[in-house]
Amino acid sequence: MANMNMIQALNSAMDIMLKRDPSVVLMGEDIGYFGGVFRATEGLQRKYGEHRVIDTPIAEGGIVATAIGMSVNGLRPVAEIQFADYIYPGFDQIVSELARIRYRSAGEFFAPVTIRTPCGGGIRGGQTHSQSPEGIFTHVSGIKVVMPSNPYDAKGLLITSIEDDDPVVFFEPKRLYNGPFDGDPTKPAVPWSSHPKGQVDEGYYKVPLGKADIVRAGTEVTILTYGTMVFVAAAAAAAMNVSAEIIDLRSLVPLDVDTLCSSVRKTGRCIVAHEATRFSGFGAELLSIVQEECFWDLEAPIQRVTGWDTPYPHAFEWEYFPGQARVAMALKTVMESA
Amino acid sequence: MRMNRHSRLHLPHPPARPGEAPDFSYVQLSPAGAVPRPDINARARDIESLSVDLVRVLDDDGNPVGPWHPHLDPAELQIGLRHMLLTRLFDDRMQRNQRAGKISFYIRSLGEEAVSVAQCMALRPGDMLFPSYRNQGLQIARGIALVDLMCQLLSNTRDMCKGRQLPVMYHSKAGNIFSISGNLATQFPQAVGWAMAAAIKGEDHLAASWIGEGSSAEADFHHALLFASVYQAPVILNVVNNQWAISTFQGYAGGEQRSFAARGPGYGIPGIRVDGNDFLAVYAVTQWAAERARTGAGPALIELVTYRGAAHSTSDDPARYRAKNDFEHWPLGDPILRLKQHLIGLGEWSEARHQALTAELEALVASSWKEAITFGTMSEGPRLNADLMFEDVFKEVPEHLQKQRALMRAERSRSPEARSEGT
Repeated sequence: MANMNMIQALNSAMDIMLKRDPSVVLMGEDIGYFGGVFRATEGLQRKYGEHRVIDTPIAEGGIVATAIGMSVNGLRPVAEIQFADYIYPGFDQIVSELARIRYRSAGEFFAPVTIRTPCGGGIRGGQTHSQSPEGIFTHVSGIKVVMPSNPYDAKGLLITSIEDDDPVVFFEPKRLYNGPFDGDPTKPAVPWSSHPKGQVDEGYYKVPLGKADIVRAGTEVTILTYGTMVFVAAAAAAAMNVSAEIIDLRSLVPLDVDTLCSSVRKTGRCIVAHEATRFSGFGAELLSIVQEECFWDLEAPIQRVTGWDTPYPHAFEWEYFPGQARVAMALKTVMESA
Repeated sequence: MRMNRHSRLHLPHPPARPGEAPDFSYVQLSPAGAVPRPDINARARDIESLSVDLVRVLDDDGNPVGPWHPHLDPAELQIGLRHMLLTRLFDDRMQRNQRAGKISFYIRSLGEEAVSVAQCMALRPGDMLFPSYRNQGLQIARGIALVDLMCQLLSNTRDMCKGRQLPVMYHSKAGNIFSISGNLATQFPQAVGWAMAAAIKGEDHLAASWIGEGSSAEADFHHALLFASVYQAPVILNVVNNQWAISTFQGYAGGEQRSFAARGPGYGIPGIRVDGNDFLAVYAVTQWAAERARTGAGPALIELVTYRGAAHSTSDDPARYRAKNDFEHWPLGDPILRLKQHLIGLGEWSEARHQALTAELEALVASSWKEAITFGTMSEGPRLNADLMFEDVFKEVPEHLQKQRALMRAERSRSPEARSEGT
């Protein structure tokens, strides 16, 4: 075991996969010689050569499309889109092509592409470096959608995603790259070395897709969340002395419905929390599933904690971000409902 | 899977990496004055050599030579020098302000000042500009007050974007400068659309847009050229080839095989390669393209060959990927020094006047900053009202956003209690 931040853990996952599987190639803007703008691929081109860690033109549509072509010809590309906010030029290739190649060719062709992309706010990135567009992708049939919240899971989930024969869009909450974050920007930064999930196995291991993690057991309310909001939700519940069961989904597609619903059946109360905008967000899907599966066990209406339905504003980052106060209001509402 | 050991994939390599001597032997130069200036009505297919050669007016001694010499009035040249110098001093000061934590982010245009300033001066105020994020010289040459630019950088109470955009993503409705996007190349085809509308309305205005050579890899670049060609739109499409897209050199945008200007002839659009650090050449080429567009002879693609003298942004460190002191070795020099040398040669400028101008503009930047911070900074008030976050998503604030605005207010007013309630 070694101390790793999330960047180091992701780097380790790619390092191991490049070594184990000669068909794995990395591609993306600035990822090769430079090692990526967040340093996720640092040192990998030197180690595996520029034919396996490939710098690309600034063309997200081209990156996704050529990754598809490579994958159809036997490679297993891991493409980096520098910011999730820049994924849209590749959207047609993801939605109309990547997600459907297996289906439309009756399983004869398939495209095992992993797309890694940093997402989320809290870094003063303004509207073009802060978005959480995961819900747009969960709405597309045929792609898996993953978002880790810590180094240990990030590494295991990325290895699983690369080995998966289906395409995966892998979102990395960049505010968590260097440490867990409880939503309070005035507190000093906490490094991953002080957190148990910053202890990462240096070798090969997998964390399965479709298996949620019960981060903290509780009895009074279930909080379904993922990414940055895992720590914000846990901190808010702790501050209010509420026995909340915090569930980190880890993968959104496939979704671990059993773990989610067993928890809600036990607690009878549920909050859904994500950083992304509210309207038609992934929270709406979670809410529907819980309502369908657990209606007779619910003691209060399900609450949603989300970003507001606006672009991410540079000057109002912390008024926008669903911090502890917003979780606390939802907790209060859900606990006070008879 | 068994993999062949010997990949046959070609991978472009920059001529020099850290620890190596800067090498610009790959840049194809033409002697100053050597490239002919065709008639503005020339057909694209008859002037393809313009996309390969390099239009230059100023020779190594600062003397203007050849058919592209625009014969500008010295007073005009002095204005150009002033705008370029102001752009650089503004950049330097804002860079320091970012390092001091006073603004969150900044992008300098060091070495590229002639591109924005000369091009803007060759256009008319009614022409619409669609800039990238490294064109602050356009804002300055269009006369946008420094205070207004600074208030945007500060996201303060006088910020034209009402706190919604990253620093440097300016706009000016009155100045006919479109809102800058953080997404790359998106403005290029939009400029074509604006120009198509001008043609539909029967107006004389044209549109101009700028992207980096790295961004020309995006599909939007090709959409722009295609639509401009099909409709012969009155638009000037500019590729600022500053050789670097963050860490990626121009070979990764396809510059190894063909010049960026040569994308034009492929679409039936004249492509012109110009020395982007030669104020006179940039002015002359832009004037040629503008006259052409305004008289209905169609669009033009200009490649401005220049060098990104500074880091990509305040988040970048070029020492990791390119040769040290490379800008000093750039064969096309420094645009400000070159115009200064030319003016001195004309007897219209001197070292003393240059020093006096520098001091005057530094004072202007300092006093503008002093004024700008009275409208608020990142750490000190006054602050913008957070309610503004919910405006302009739509023309009217819809019901669900009104509700969220009320929740946000409640959250802010109750925030301390909400946190301490359980403890």
